[in-house]
Amino acid sequence: MDAYVDFQGVWLAYNDELLKQGHFAVEDLSLTMRQGEFVAIVGPSGCGKSTFMKLTTGLKMPSKGSVTIAGAPVTGPLKITGMAFQAPSLLPWRTTVDNVLLPLEIVEPYRSSFKAKRAEYEAKARALLQSVGLGGYEDKFPWQLSGGMQQRASICRALIHEPQMLLLDEPFGALDAFTREELWCALRDLQAARGFNVILVTHDLREAVFLADTVYVMSKSPGRILARREIDMPRPRDLEVTYTSEFTAVVHELRGHIGALRKPTTLGTPVEIAQ
Amino acid sequence: MSASPSKHLERWAPWGLLLLVIVIWQAICSAFNVSEYIFPSPARIAEQMAEFHTEILKHAWRTLWVTMVGFAIAIVVGVLLGFLIGSSRMAYAAIYPLMTAFNALPKAAFIPILVVWFGIGVGPAVLTAFLISFFPITVNIATGLATLEPELEDVLRVLGAKRWDVLVKVGLPRSMPYFYGSLKVAITLAFVGTTVSEMTASNEGIGYLLISAGSSMQMGLAFGGLVVVGAMAMVMYELFSVIEKRTTVWAHRGSQGH
Repeated sequence: MDAYVDFQGVWLAYNDELLKQGHFAVEDLSLTMRQGEFVAIVGPSGCGKSTFMKLTTGLKMPSKGSVTIAGAPVTGPLKITGMAFQAPSLLPWRTTVDNVLLPLEIVEPYRSSFKAKRAEYEAKARALLQSVGLGGYEDKFPWQLSGGMQQRASICRALIHEPQMLLLDEPFGALDAFTREELWCALRDLQAARGFNVILVTHDLREAVFLADTVYVMSKSPGRILARREIDMPRPRDLEVTYTSEFTAVVHELRGHIGALRKPTTLGTPVEIAQ
Repeated sequence: MSASPSKHLERWAPWGLLLLVIVIWQAICSAFNVSEYIFPSPARIAEQMAEFHTEILKHAWRTLWVTMVGFAIAIVVGVLLGFLIGSSRMAYAAIYPLMTAFNALPKAAFIPILVVWFGIGVGPAVLTAFLISFFPITVNIATGLATLEPELEDVLRVLGAKRWDVLVKVGLPRSMPYFYGSLKVAITLAFVGTTVSEMTASNEGIGYLLISAGSSMQMGLAFGGLVVVGAMAMVMYELFSVIEKRTTVWAHRGSQGH
C-alpha cells in the first residue's frame, strides 16, 4: 500500500511546560492513508480530534514522531489542504461567490494571477457552487442563506484551490438531521468526482460509517487511536444503506469501542448510555 | 416601499418633541415674565440670532472647520493606533492601560499647556478636539481587529496567509461597523473639545462667542451659540450615521441564520 499520509508514532504537547510534565494532547498516533482515501475520526469530545487536524495541516509540529504527506515531511502550513469547520465562518460583507474566491486571493500560484484571471476563477467558483446545489445563490450574501447552504459554501471555499486533501472538523454538527443527510450526499458526490483525500472529524457514528472508507476511534485525553475499522460497503452508497442491518452492525460495533472507554470513569454511578 | 403611519410618526417624533419643548419654554417665560438676563425666551433667542447672524455664522464656521481638522487628525491617529493595538498582542498589553489612564484625564486640563506651546488660537482648539475624540476610534478599531474567529484564521494560515493578509482581508472589513459607530460618537466629542478650548484660548469660534456674550449679559446670544453648536453636532452625527448605513449594510441585517 502506497501511503499518502503517514503518521509514525506522533505525540504532541501544546507547549514546553506541558511537554516536561508529560501531558500530551495526542499520544503515539500511527496511521497511514492511501491516495484518495476517505478517513473518519470519531471519539468523545476532547479526544484530540482537532489536534489531529492541526498536525495534518502543519499548523502544529509533533513533539515526537513524524508526519509525512505526499512523500515529504510536514514542516509548515500545508497548502494542498482545505479546511472547513462546524461554524461556516463566511465573511458577511462578501457575496457567496466572493467568499469562495477568498483562498485564491491568498494561496499561490493563484494569488499572483488573481487580478488578471479573475473572470476565469469566478466561473470556476460558480461552477463549484452549482455542483453543490447553490446555483442561483452565488450573488447572495451569506446571511441571506440557510445554515445548510452556508455550510455548503464553506466546503466550496475549502475546495476552490483544488486541494489534494480536505479536512473537515465536525462540519455538519450544527445542522438538523435532514439537512445533514443532504450534505452527506453532496460531500460523497464531490469526493467521488474529484478523488481528493478527506479527513472527517466527527462524533456522529452514522456519518462516519456512511461516508468513510476507514474509521478510526480515538480515546479521551490523551488522544490515542483505539480501533481502526475498514468500511467495505460498496460505493456509491445510497442513503438507504444507513437503514440496512449491515450498516447498523458496524455502527453498533464502533459504539462499543466508545462505550468501553467510558466505563472506568463512570464506575459506581449509573452508566450513561446516550445514543 | 410605503412607510407605515407609525414609521412616519417615528421620523417626525424628534421634531415634535423639540417644538413641544420650545412652546412650553416660551409659555413659562411669558407667563412668569422671566427676565431675559436670567433665562431668555425662545423668541428672544431667535431675535438675537437673527440680529447677530453674520457674527454667529463667522464664529460657527470657525468652530466647524477647527473641529473637522481636529477630527480628521483623530481619525488618522485613531485608526493607526487602533490597528497597532488590535494587530499585536504585545502592543495591546503595552499601550492599552496607558491609553485608559490618558482617557480618564479631563481634556480641558490640557488647554493651558497647549496655549503655552501653540499660543492662543487655532492650535489648542484643533488639538483639544483631537485629544478628546481619538480614543473611541482607537478602541473600536482595536476591538474589531482582535475579535477574529480562530477557525477562519486557521483556514487562511494553512493557505500561507501572512498576518498582514488576515488583517487586510478579514480584520479591517470586520472592524468597519465599529469604526463608523465610533465616528458618530467621536464627532460630537470633537465639538465639545473645540468649544471648551475656544472658551479660554481663542478670540474666535462659538466658545469665544459664548464667553463674550455671557460677560456682556447678552444671554439670548449665548443661548444662540449653544443652539448652533448643538445643530452642527447633530448634522454631522446624522451624516456619519448615513455613511455607516450605506457602507456596512451587512452589519445591520435584520435576521441572521448563523
